[in-house]
Amino acid sequence: MEGDQELKELYQDVLLDYSQSGAHKGKIENPHFHSRGINPVCGDEIEIAMDVKNPSGVIEKIRYSGHGCVISQASAAMMAECLEGKTPERARDLVLAFKDMMLSKTSLDLLPAELEVMKALEGVRKFPLRVKCATLAWNTIQKSFPEEKRS
Amino acid sequence: MSLDILEIRRDFPILSRQVHGKPLVYFDNAATTQKPKALIAALSSFYENHNGNIHRGAHTLSDEATTLVENARQKTADFINAPKPETIIFTRNATEAINLVAHSWGRKFLKAGDEIVLTELEHHSNLVPWQILAAEKSLKLRFIPITRVGDLDLFAARELFSEKTKLVSFTAASNVLGTLPPVLEMITLAKQFGAKTLVDASQWTPHFKTDVQKWGCDFLAFSAHKMLGPTGLGVLYGRESLLEEMDPFLGGGDMIETVELETFTPNVLPAKFEAGTPAIAEAAVFPEALNYLSKIGFAEMEAQEKILLHRALEILKNEPEIELYGSDLAEGRGGVISFNLKGLHPHDVGTSLDLEGVAVRSGHHCCQPLMRRLGVGGTARASFYFYNTLEEVEIFGRALRKTIQFFKPRLKAVGVK
Repeated sequence: MEGDQELKELYQDVLLDYSQSGAHKGKIENPHFHSRGINPVCGDEIEIAMDVKNPSGVIEKIRYSGHGCVISQASAAMMAECLEGKTPERARDLVLAFKDMMLSKTSLDLLPAELEVMKALEGVRKFPLRVKCATLAWNTIQKSFPEEKRS
Repeated sequence: MSLDILEIRRDFPILSRQVHGKPLVYFDNAATTQKPKALIAALSSFYENHNGNIHRGAHTLSDEATTLVENARQKTADFINAPKPETIIFTRNATEAINLVAHSWGRKFLKAGDEIVLTELEHHSNLVPWQILAAEKSLKLRFIPITRVGDLDLFAARELFSEKTKLVSFTAASNVLGTLPPVLEMITLAKQFGAKTLVDASQWTPHFKTDVQKWGCDFLAFSAHKMLGPTGLGVLYGRESLLEEMDPFLGGGDMIETVELETFTPNVLPAKFEAGTPAIAEAAVFPEALNYLSKIGFAEMEAQEKILLHRALEILKNEPEIELYGSDLAEGRGGVISFNLKGLHPHDVGTSLDLEGVAVRSGHHCCQPLMRRLGVGGTARASFYFYNTLEEVEIFGRALRKTIQFFKPRLKAVGVK
C-alpha cells in the first residue's frame, strides 16, 4: 500500500506478532508475585503474575492478562520473554534500562543485549502519549520486585 | 445563508499547520476548540496595554482590567440570557463550577438520605464531585439509564424521582455519543419534585443557543475553551437567590467583605465565589470568542455541522469493520461521533489517523461508567466544529480506510466482531 511507511515503522511486524502472541498471556494460580497496573489515560488494565524458581532464584514464569493497545500488549509479551530466566535483581535493572530507553534518556546502543528485541518499540518514542502504553507492563512488574517496594 | 468556511478558516491560524507532513484535520473539538486570531490578538493586547490586578487599588491599569473583566461578565450573562451579571461566577473550568455547587450548595443544604439524580451519560466532572459529597453526607446517587441508541430513558427516569430527590444534574449534550437530552423536559420533571437542577452545558454552549431563563435551570456550567475562548476560564451561572444562600467556596482575597483575625464576612455576589486573583486576561478577552460565535450564528453553525455529520456517518456506516456507538442518524444530535475499528484499540486508531494529520480523541473521554455501559474500554471520537470542511471529512475517511487496510491483514482480530 502506498504511503504507509510511517505506519510500518511504528507498527513493525514483530510488534504486531507479539501483540497477538498467546505465549505469555494468562494467569498463574497462587503466584509468588502479583501486581496490577492501570494506564489512567485510557483506563487500560494489566495484571502480571510471576513465579521465582528455587533454589536458583531466577524468574521461572511470567504471565500477563488484561486488555490494551497493540503497543502495550506487544511490550508486555516481549517483556515476559526477556525477563524469564533472569534473577529478580537483573530483571529490575533491565526494567530501568528499558524505561530509560523509552524516555529517551539513553541511546539505543546502550540497551543491554537481553533487551535486543525491545528495539522494535523505538518508533514509539516519537509519540510521547504512547510511551505510557509501552511502559505499562514494565511499571507494573516493577512493583513486584521486593527491593522496589522497600524503596 | 451558508457559511464561507474557507474564509472563516483564515481566522484560525492553527488550522493551516501541518502534522506529520500532512495538513491538520482537527476533529477533536469536543476536547477543546481552536482560537480565532481576534482572541489571540486580544490576549497580547491585554498584556501589552491593560495588565493590572482587578478590584484593587486606584490606578488606571487596575481600573481598565477590572472594567474589561466586568464587561466580560455582562457579555457572558447576555450570551446565555442570564438576568444579571452577578449571577455569572468565573471559575477555572466547568469542572470547578460543578465542584463549587457541590461544595457550597450541596454541603450546606443536603442531608443524609437525600438523593441526587444523575445520568449514565455524565462526564467524570459531573460524577465525582457528587460521589465525594454523597460519601461525606450519606446521600444516594441515582442514575437515569440510556437506551440502546444513547438517549436518556425518560420512562425509567420518572421512576427515579421522589420527594427525596434534591438535585438533578445532567449534561445537555453528551461528549461521547452526541446525545442531546431533553433539557426542558428534565427540568420540568425535576421541578415537579421540588428538586434543584444543574445543567452541564460544556458541550452545548459552543454549538447551540443557550437561554437559562427559558430553561429555568438553577445552575449551568460551561468552559470557555470549548467555545473558541481561552483555557483556564469556566463559568457557573446560578439563580441569584440560591447563590445568595450558599456558603463561599474557596477562602482568600476578593471573596471577603471584612476579615478579623478569627472570622470573616463574605463579599457580595459574584466576588463571594471568586477568591484570589482570577484568570484576568482570559476573562477580559472571552468576549472576542462570544462575538465571533454571534457573528457566525448558531443556525448556520448547526447547518454546517449537520453536513459534516451526515457525510461522516455515511462513511463510517459503509465500513463493515467499524462499530458505531449511539445513534447513527445525523438528526437530533451534536457533532460528536464515537466509533471503534473492531479488534483494534482506539489508541492505535488514534495514532494511525494522526500519522495522516487527522486529530481525533481516543480513550474513555472521562466517561468510564458510560464506556462500561457500552461494553467497551474506550472509543475513537471525531467531533466537529463549524470551521471543519467536507474535504476534511473525506480525508478522515481515507485515513480510516488506510488504517483498516494496514491492520486487517496483520492482526487476526481486526474486523472480527
